[in-house]
Amino acid sequence: MMNDFLATLHSNWDRLVGAFGAHVQIALTAVAFGAMIAVPLGIALTRYPKIGQKVIAVLSILQTIPSMVMFGILLPFTGIGRPTAIIALTLYSILPILRNTYTGISDVSDSYIDAGKGMGMNGRQILFRVELPIALPVIVTGIRISSVYIISWATVATIVGGGGLGDIIFIGVARHNHAMILMGAIPASLLAITTSFIVGRIAKAVTPRGLRRERAR
Amino acid sequence: MVVFDNISKSFGNNVVIQNLNLNIKRGQFAVLIGPSGCGKTTSLRMINRLIEPTEGTILVDEQDVSKVNPVDLRRRIGYVIQQIGLFPNMTIEQNIEVVPKLLGWPKEKRRERVRELLEMVGMNPLQYCNRYPSELSGGQQQRVGVLRALAVSPPLLLMDEPFGALDPITRETLQDEIKKLQTDLGITIVFVTHDIDEAVKLADIIILMKDGKVIQAAPPEELLSNPAGDFVREFIGKKRLRANYDVDLVREIMNAKVFTVTKSKGFAESISLMRQRNVDSLIVTDDDGKFEGVIPVEKLREIAGKKVINTIGEIQPEKITTINLNAQAREAFDTILQEKLPYLIVVDSKNKVRGLVTKTSLVKALAGAVWGDNADDE
Ligand SMILES: Nc1ncnc2c1ncn2[C@@H]1O[C@H](COP(=O)(O)OP(=O)(O)OP(=O)(O)O)[C@@H](O)[C@H]1O
Ligand SMILES: [Mg+2]
Repeated sequence: MMNDFLATLHSNWDRLVGAFGAHVQIALTAVAFGAMIAVPLGIALTRYPKIGQKVIAVLSILQTIPSMVMFGILLPFTGIGRPTAIIALTLYSILPILRNTYTGISDVSDSYIDAGKGMGMNGRQILFRVELPIALPVIVTGIRISSVYIISWATVATIVGGGGLGDIIFIGVARHNHAMILMGAIPASLLAITTSFIVGRIAKAVTPRGLRRERAR
Repeated sequence: MVVFDNISKSFGNNVVIQNLNLNIKRGQFAVLIGPSGCGKTTSLRMINRLIEPTEGTILVDEQDVSKVNPVDLRRRIGYVIQQIGLFPNMTIEQNIEVVPKLLGWPKEKRRERVRELLEMVGMNPLQYCNRYPSELSGGQQQRVGVLRALAVSPPLLLMDEPFGALDPITRETLQDEIKKLQTDLGITIVFVTHDIDEAVKLADIIILMKDGKVIQAAPPEELLSNPAGDFVREFIGKKRLRANYDVDLVREIMNAKVFTVTKSKGFAESISLMRQRNVDSLIVTDDDGKFEGVIPVEKLREIAGKKVINTIGEIQPEKITTINLNAQAREAFDTILQEKLPYLIVVDSKNKVRGLVTKTSLVKALAGAVWGDNADDE
């Protein structure tokens, strides 16, 4: 078995490297787009708390659409290829980030907002100097959840011709080649774990010392 | 400095403030007090436009605040809240320099000011500048909260129950500090509290509110000695019991049945009156009752042995210390104790004799403070 695996790895090394690169690219692009949409949208929703909760509820339902169905909906518009995969994954990456942005900012204590306002900060200054820095660790945690999620989901990108480690897994499945399946699955898992760790570290680094202590209490 | 001209405020149909009129003078320490929900916070927050009144005008520095950009207005007015509200993501230094930064002060000037302020309250800048709020005690945090509000030397400071969450000892210390800062800097403070002791200690003027209306606005002494109605009496009730000695006025503790003689009184008659009343000196007034001086019994005897005297006016009375009837009782006691006087003559503003404070009055007033009633109404 082990020898089998190493042999497969050796003969498919270039393919693996290529698939790994594509996988990272797809996931990263999707999460990056997702964050670019979700963070501003999350902030905007905190300004309208009445609709904010509702929007998040609706998006939670969208999140439960199976990826196959999602691809089915998108294919007629975007065709086969990586863009379709990225668009679908972007949509899936939005919710965790959005939700954390929304709750992170909503949870900033009113007394800080009040103090900021009372000292003559305008809305933008309160957002950038008070709300966002305090909520940042929560937002980054949302990005972490989303990344892990998207890295594993990116394996299904292969069915719309998106490439990535899913290609290898599916070839393995088609050929009943277990070594090949593992060769796709293990790097995908390692990638998810490493990313989670790195982004977790980033979350810590962006947490001001004063907040770390406060949270520890 | 702060004028409320017929201010009303409703939230929906709920009328919270009704035709409120206030005039807080420059340099005054004004304390808003009253039961929960009476509109203290609402009143305070209308001053810096965190809340807009429904009707009426508020003037700060003779300027209608509704005509000033709220953000500019707030940068000119210090604001301290109960929950302290130091930003947890900023160091102490960054917290204090928030408003200077908003106003675009250069970095050097900001640093300088932060150091100066920290030193003002005895906090070592080297030690505290780079700490975060969570690394400070509650008392230190609120000190920084006050400094932050004072950063650009605003002439007006608004404080909403700033010491409410502190333990009693820290609270006392911060009260002393803020009172000292206020007098040293000559700023005007509008201060909200629940605590009548705090109000009496700090206020130049106490504004007692109920249901969105001012019930009485008066200096602490007057509020305590002259409460306007049952509500005020009840509100300050507990306070009176504890702090009579501190705040009563001379006229409330003096003995008003004082025996005086006019200069034209006959000598022999005066002597016999003295015997009857069992007093050891004569308090002499002119014909209008204005205080002239006192003649101790020894002096009367001495002079009587030397020459014939017809009226008291022929004897030169001794001048002794007097006290105004509206002075603090405490002052009277201190004078008696320090100058070792047997008594103190109480006069009014026209120098007419109105009463006498003796060591006995002192004891009675103290007893009143301890037992919870007035010395003169047993
Ligand atoms: N934003 C608001 N919307 C509706 N009602 C409000 C609002 N703010 C205050 N009120 C009401 O106005 C009244 C006065 O409130 P305010 O906060 O001024 O009282 P307060 O005297 O400061 O009380 P406390 O001592 O409890 O702080 C209360 O009945 C309160 O419920
Ligand atoms: Mg209040």
